[in-house]
Amino acid sequence: MALTRRIIPCLDLKDGRVVKGTHFEDLRDAGDPVELAARYNEQGADEVVFLDITASKEKRKTIVELISRAADQLFLPLTVGGGINTTADITAILRAGADKVSMNTAAVQNPKIISEGAAAFGTQCIVLAMDVRRNYIPQDGTTEISLPDGSSCWYEVVTHGGSRPTGIDAILWAKEAEERGAGEILLTSMETDGTKEGFDIPITEAVASATNIPVVASGGVGTLEHFYEGFVTGKADACLAASVFHFGELTIRDVKEYLATRGVPVRL
Amino acid sequence: MMKIAIIDYGLGNLRSVFRGIEKAGACPVITHDPEEIQSADGIILPGVGAFSEGMGRLSPIRQCLLSVAGEVPLLGICLGMQMLMDESEEHGNHQGLSLIPGNVRKFQPEPEMKVPHMGWNTIHHAMPDDPLLFGIPDESYFYFVHSYYVSCPAAYRLCETGYIVPYASAVKRGLIYGVQFHPEKSGDVGLLLLKNFIGIC
Repeated sequence: MALTRRIIPCLDLKDGRVVKGTHFEDLRDAGDPVELAARYNEQGADEVVFLDITASKEKRKTIVELISRAADQLFLPLTVGGGINTTADITAILRAGADKVSMNTAAVQNPKIISEGAAAFGTQCIVLAMDVRRNYIPQDGTTEISLPDGSSCWYEVVTHGGSRPTGIDAILWAKEAEERGAGEILLTSMETDGTKEGFDIPITEAVASATNIPVVASGGVGTLEHFYEGFVTGKADACLAASVFHFGELTIRDVKEYLATRGVPVRL
Repeated sequence: MMKIAIIDYGLGNLRSVFRGIEKAGACPVITHDPEEIQSADGIILPGVGAFSEGMGRLSPIRQCLLSVAGEVPLLGICLGMQMLMDESEEHGNHQGLSLIPGNVRKFQPEPEMKVPHMGWNTIHHAMPDDPLLFGIPDESYFYFVHSYYVSCPAAYRLCETGYIVPYASAVKRGLIYGVQFHPEKSGDVGLLLLKNFIGIC
């Protein structure tokens, strides 16, 4: 027997509701977070991720109360991201019942938060959330990655919900985060997010090969085959999906049964 | 109703352990008060984080723990299990509680085998008749998150898991138990293990 590949439903939260968008925009309501989390618990999800995309800081406090309510129903690992900037934020989120916190913008602006968080809470608690986009304009010191159509690009880290390019090379950033003590990388490609055309395999494979911590592929899953590609071609340790689960197109069990028939180790 | 003391030493996610114990049918109390710990029917030593910091924070109640352990059933979870051992090599060598003989070692990463060992893996029952494992099928899946593992003599090995190396994923010495995985995060089978622990108390 072996460590299984993980299937993780992701709940994007805005003002206390689950929402889902395309290319980080055009949000649709997808239900109550506590109800959805409980449903995924029953369906055999391996973990659950909550990403708080609430725009205003005042409303962000509701996330702690929400995590508490969800954690009470959920005997599964829970990762929470969004708006976490300080070790005090991390403490509050973990106290509410989360097991891991993911950080994106905060980690780029202040990479020390990764080291400090890892020192205080353990590396297993600290997830680097990395949002990336393809950049076709060559730049010194970046990692060129070949694309399936024969062209190539480098992947640039973006922050603030995808709105701000940083000029940072995704591969170098992933390695730095690992050195600083991140225990996992949650990788979302803006190229594929919400498209249902499949994960961005080239960057997933590149990050998984460049680091020695688990990589969670995110953004773009639409079919059973996409999960298989994420694990086998993309070498992801976990695949994250939102809309295919929220809108009932696939259940977690459908995905796991399919993967098991194709020889991917999953927990059924 | 059984009173289970969940030791609060300022680290880790106590809420899910609390809810797990409640769901398993006992009365959990989160505490670092020696009197409350001594009067409990069972003790859970949870833990997430680094070994030396955990031991440091545990020092005010170290004596209390050492005196009740073995008389009152104790269950260490994750770092809580590791702290039961003699010594850990996490960030230098650090002394543990020495309640169970053994050491805590770092996983050496291998290709395709990432560290932390994070996710669902199976446990093989090395002591199949132990009451902590009642009703839990051999090779059941539990949730693991750790970068260090316990190496101990076979006499104390309750369960084994293979990841990079075969190691002790659960240990037992008398009424002192430790599990490397997180029963409070392992769905129904995890809740059953907590229920079994309450049954031992």
